[in-house]
Amino acid sequence: MTDDALPLDPELRAARAFPGARRPDRRRTVESFGVKLAVSEWGDAAAPVIFCSHGGFDFTGTFDVFAPLLAAGGYRVVVWDQRGHGDSDHTPLYSWDADVRDLLTVLDSSTREPAIMLGHSKGGSISTHAIQAAPHRARAFVNIDGMPTNRPPPDVADHERTKLLAKELSGWLDYRNKSSEKVRRADTLDGLAERRGRMNPRLSKEWLRYLVTVGARKDADGWRWKIDPVLRPGGFGPWRAQWSMARFASLPVPLLGVLATVSEPMGWDTRVEEVKPYLPRRAEVIAFEGVGHFIHIEQPERTARLVLDFLRSVL
Amino acid sequence: MKTTTLLHGRIELALHELRAGSGRALLLLHGLGERSPSALPDEISAWPGPVFALDFTGHGASQLSRGGGYTAEVLMGDADSALRKLGSATLLGRGLGAYVALLLAGARPREVRGAILCDGLGLAGGGGEPGTPSLLFPNPSAQGTPDAFAMVELARDVRPPDYATAFVRQANELSGLDRPISVCCAEHPDWLDAALRETGVERARLADALAEYAAIP
Repeated sequence: MTDDALPLDPELRAARAFPGARRPDRRRTVESFGVKLAVSEWGDAAAPVIFCSHGGFDFTGTFDVFAPLLAAGGYRVVVWDQRGHGDSDHTPLYSWDADVRDLLTVLDSSTREPAIMLGHSKGGSISTHAIQAAPHRARAFVNIDGMPTNRPPPDVADHERTKLLAKELSGWLDYRNKSSEKVRRADTLDGLAERRGRMNPRLSKEWLRYLVTVGARKDADGWRWKIDPVLRPGGFGPWRAQWSMARFASLPVPLLGVLATVSEPMGWDTRVEEVKPYLPRRAEVIAFEGVGHFIHIEQPERTARLVLDFLRSVL
Repeated sequence: MKTTTLLHGRIELALHELRAGSGRALLLLHGLGERSPSALPDEISAWPGPVFALDFTGHGASQLSRGGGYTAEVLMGDADSALRKLGSATLLGRGLGAYVALLLAGARPREVRGAILCDGLGLAGGGGEPGTPSLLFPNPSAQGTPDAFAMVELARDVRPPDYATAFVRQANELSGLDRPISVCCAEHPDWLDAALRETGVERARLADALAEYAAIP
């Protein structure tokens, strides 16, 4: 059982009764080079597009309060599940380039006009790349806690750094070696809500339970997150945050950056003073006091007001 | 030639046995867009033990991904799957396979008993820093292997020199070998130049490198 027909199930019906949450007005599937990607939309289909990309390990359903608020401001809000996430296909491989390509494929299927781009966390970063690679496709950009920091890593002796990398590498290879056998752990609805709550400690129990009903599926032995078990947080690679950071200055569209101020495991802890030297000419960066990494999930009303005010001022 | 199928994630990989034998194996890693040789190349016939060759994901007789997603790190995982099967091995990589051999020598320093880096396609990758952001779309009419996505994605994966040297230092510190990496390349991209400035990495003739690693107990 996965989606909107579920409210026949009493447990689900109760969990879905969260104030302000609304399932998408329209749902569709887009094929990106053989990968089926799930796309959701809210609002008038003829209105200007706000094209939203979620963060790593998240899913479209986390926009179920935020997106209707943006749609009520006169926009067509499009949100897509990245490969391996939500209702999109699980794939043999995952990479940054593949995500950017998927993003542009879904954008192509949504509008050929320049769109308002919005991304959270990793979704903010791949949106940044997409705008820089195809600037004619964007007219404004809202980046929600997806601006990297180039703060130097903690001072660690070389031999300690070598040991840390060795552990990371062998852990990554060991995980990949067993990845074909991996399945997400089944749990109760409350159990999954409690697990998500560790990443989002300020969300209400009711909101967490709702998120389970849209980001997990109910199997015979319990609830499981839909995300591909092959995916693993963290990792290593050649990419350097300073490359992304320096290029913010070249963004050709008005930018609203929203940063969290409460440190959380999935967050990047980027501070306003760190990004200021790299901002393009038409940019505004706001730090939300007392809010963690999942800003639009934790405070959807406040974030939507800020985004709509920004769009009114720049478009 | 006997071929074994290995599972790496959701991809089935072809590991070819070019010559049976006892003792430590030599594992060949091909270049970008290539596939494993179908017979034992003359220049490595002096290797005393068994010789295997792996087709990377999207190459040769191995399976393709769907919608791309190729990185050198994924290919390191491919090579690690072969290493697991063989127990330990000396690596001989061409081009892209040379870069992957360097990565795996650092990531599995106890199992990799020497890595020999040779010229071949895809040695440079996308350089030490990313260029102007761009979109990668492959040739839409391409079919089969090599996967057109692999060709475009692995031709431009970024290879920072200090990233390569981090793997060299791991091989140096944890392999117990005096010279864990031997370089037989004429082409020297930045990452390889940086590796050559580290201890434990030296230029060598292929025959000498094979003899040196064959002598390791």
